[in-house]
Amino acid sequence: MDDNPVFTSIKEDVESNDVVLFMKGTPVFPQCGFSAATVQALTLLGVKFKGIDVLQDPSLRDGIKQYSSWPTIPQLYVKGEFVGGCDIVREMYETGELGELLTSSGIAMEPAA
Amino acid sequence: MTIQETIEQKIATSLAPVHLEVINESHMHNVPPGSESHFKVVIVTDTFDGVTRVRRQQQVNGILAAELQGGVHALSMQTLTPQEWEARGGSIIQSPACLGGGGNKD
Repeated sequence: MDDNPVFTSIKEDVESNDVVLFMKGTPVFPQCGFSAATVQALTLLGVKFKGIDVLQDPSLRDGIKQYSSWPTIPQLYVKGEFVGGCDIVREMYETGELGELLTSSGIAMEPAA
Repeated sequence: MTIQETIEQKIATSLAPVHLEVINESHMHNVPPGSESHFKVVIVTDTFDGVTRVRRQQQVNGILAAELQGGVHALSMQTLTPQEWEARGGSIIQSPACLGGGGNKD
């Protein structure tokens, strides 16, 4: 699996950015309800994240699913670790676990007042 | 058997849930009436005890691999232990509205 060149760029992205969301569309213009709901959770927490639009690159869209053995998009990564997809992120937001994870990872949040 | 019934049966057999809901949400999406393309499942079972959320969903994806490779485009899931289910008061998170993008399954 290491021979897939797209894994190298995924690895680089998730390791050089604290919070990365692979999604359909952009954080400003999500093109899928599940991606939009995930962006919303991150936005409510006020955490800065890098959004990567998989619709721009078929090899990335396919490769990201193999990278974490996760068949769907969106996918959230914190400090290089796969956290989950839309359902998991929303659930963790609701229970407060997502905020705790970010805090314990030393990532700043500025929730909207 | 409908896809919905197949999903119900496979999960019931594999995970012995104490609570199981399989909801066809296809009507919320850009597909013909009567489609079986978008589902939400709520699974409450003791077998999730001590298993991470990611692993739980990976288990369900494995159980429903044939359906996901077939006609099912989207599968939203809430995977809970009975204790977590009780703590939530038995409520589920509503699914987001479709934004029409992508048009392909994933």
